[in-house]
Amino acid sequence: MDLATLLQVLDSTVRLATPLLLACLAGLFSERAGIFDIGLEGKMLAAAFFSAAIASITRDVWIGLGAGIAASLALSLLHGLASITFRGNQLISGVAINFLAAGLTVLIAQDWFSQGGRTPSLIGAGRFEPIVLPGAEALAGVPLLGPIYAELISGHSILVYVAFAMVPLTWWLLYRTRFGLRLRAVGEAPEAVDTAGISVVGLRFVAVGICGVLCGLAGAYLATALQAGFVKDMTAGRGFIALAALIFAKWRPWYALYACLLFGLLQAVALRYQNIDLGVFVVPVQFMDALPYILTVVILAGFVGKAIPPRAGGEPYVKER
Amino acid sequence: MDKMPGWADAVLVPLISLILAAILSALVIIGIGEDPIAAFNLMVEGALMRSSGWGYTLYYATNFIFTGLAVAIAFHARLFNIGGEGQAMIGGLGVALACLYIPWPNWYVALVGATVSAALFGALWALIPAYLQAKRGSHIVITTIMFNFIAAAVLNYVLVNLLRPQGAMDPATARFPEPTHLPTFQEMFSTAAEPMFRGAPANVTFFLALFMCLAVWVLIWRTKLGYEIRAFGESESAARYAGISPVKITVVAMLISGGLAGMMALNTTMGEAERLVMNATEGAGFIGIAVALMGRSHPLGVLLAALLFGFLYQGGAELALWTNIPRELIVVIQALVILFTGALDNMVRMPLEKLFLATRRKA
Repeated sequence: MDLATLLQVLDSTVRLATPLLLACLAGLFSERAGIFDIGLEGKMLAAAFFSAAIASITRDVWIGLGAGIAASLALSLLHGLASITFRGNQLISGVAINFLAAGLTVLIAQDWFSQGGRTPSLIGAGRFEPIVLPGAEALAGVPLLGPIYAELISGHSILVYVAFAMVPLTWWLLYRTRFGLRLRAVGEAPEAVDTAGISVVGLRFVAVGICGVLCGLAGAYLATALQAGFVKDMTAGRGFIALAALIFAKWRPWYALYACLLFGLLQAVALRYQNIDLGVFVVPVQFMDALPYILTVVILAGFVGKAIPPRAGGEPYVKER
Repeated sequence: MDKMPGWADAVLVPLISLILAAILSALVIIGIGEDPIAAFNLMVEGALMRSSGWGYTLYYATNFIFTGLAVAIAFHARLFNIGGEGQAMIGGLGVALACLYIPWPNWYVALVGATVSAALFGALWALIPAYLQAKRGSHIVITTIMFNFIAAAVLNYVLVNLLRPQGAMDPATARFPEPTHLPTFQEMFSTAAEPMFRGAPANVTFFLALFMCLAVWVLIWRTKLGYEIRAFGESESAARYAGISPVKITVVAMLISGGLAGMMALNTTMGEAERLVMNATEGAGFIGIAVALMGRSHPLGVLLAALLFGFLYQGGAELALWTNIPRELIVVIQALVILFTGALDNMVRMPLEKLFLATRRKA
């Protein structure tokens, strides 16, 4: 494999890892606060549709982005209402949100555009364009580093840089601020947070809200940057891969980055090579597709380091009387 | 007394949830510029007013009975099996292998054999998540989700690389041999004078589904194992004190659940398509969640909820055919049912409980 091919694969790794990373960090905020969220997929899907739909109507991708985030946030609040306010089952709520998004997006797409559940292709200002970082062209001639800078680091859409910047930001927010300490505490021992006079319900709603915004970014990236428009079920399980990455990362931001890059790489390789001939035997493309899930099960099984979820995760908090 | 009567919990709460879901669905239909009453009439017309419509309604209901029972039995052990979809896919593989490679003399022997094979394959697919939950504490919801995706990849590989007949383009097995053909309702109930259920896919598997409802009821409420499953579901620590092994109950409940989900494939694969295709499950594994929630995990409730969803499915297909409402409307209704009967249960229950308490105080 020559350098150009390698760079292409890595470049596509970065593109494919971006929605996973945004969704994974979204899940991290929610689950660290004790709210399990298997509705990442649905929120991404809703955001993908509304960002593409509004961007194609207004011809402004930024308004589209806002609409996508709003849609995802609305589903987040629904999840909060069900699992925080009414103390319902968080997993069932997540399942419901996934179906709600899967159905409503196609229903509305058909009503608005009559194109069989897709939006019109986005052109021009309706899409996020790649950003060429300063000096990328001048440095392209430098051996090794030049192409890496020009191909791999430069030339992505703004949301890619946002996603990668979110990793240190999340780390700082969680581990270096008072808000972060409280957020982590509310996922481990909500009764302690309550005793300290801080609202468990309020904190959890904030966490679920952040989760909504990040899922909104992830969905908008899918429909307005990675691809040019919305198609039915375009998230294609990415929300669940992000969930897998979150477990793989043991609910920590930097590890989330590595896990998402790994799963992004798997997707990129599967996309480019289909069946991989190793000489001795052929690795079928289906195995590459299933690998993130298999790895997650192995991690969950605790044979390779144990993944321990936040202690109060999934439990609605009931104030003592 | 601070509880409301049992009948209100079993009937009133799901009913109110259903009405809420129906109102919201009607609003959605109005939102896309169609008339909800006309749409409902069309659904009734297409699903219930002709015997062929009933043939489709019962065909879909058969799928949902199996997957609904699968989710319900896991619920009794307080396990949430989201993996019905994957277990049904692998169950389909079991059906296909049994039908293709064993020379069955006639359909009823074949049905027994294929049932065993489907249940075995489905149960096997549930075994690993069950074992990991019981022994290693891995969250069963996550592992069963992961196993759905792994099942899809396995099935894809097997169909494309192993079972596809030479020269065929689409990823599917060869047609099953003639002796495995299950009698359809059309063949069973039509007379020379009056054809019934014409062209509909409902088949003898429906009666197997009814029988499984009864079997699950007996298992849950009339056997020691069922008692242990319910005790474990009510309180794990109490069950442990009573000498009930958590590992055993988790694994056994999941095996039964997976087996039931796997049996769903009998209806779609052996009864309808008569070959194994890629998307044989069509999301029925997930609808099982809605069915079990609405049916309050009781076999009779599951049966009624499955019939309702069968009606919605067939009615939805009619809508997609005659109006501008796509089939995805059913997915929305399904989501609303799951939301109201599952996640927002307390929203319905709390005011109702208050209402009952208030009336009791007056009396």
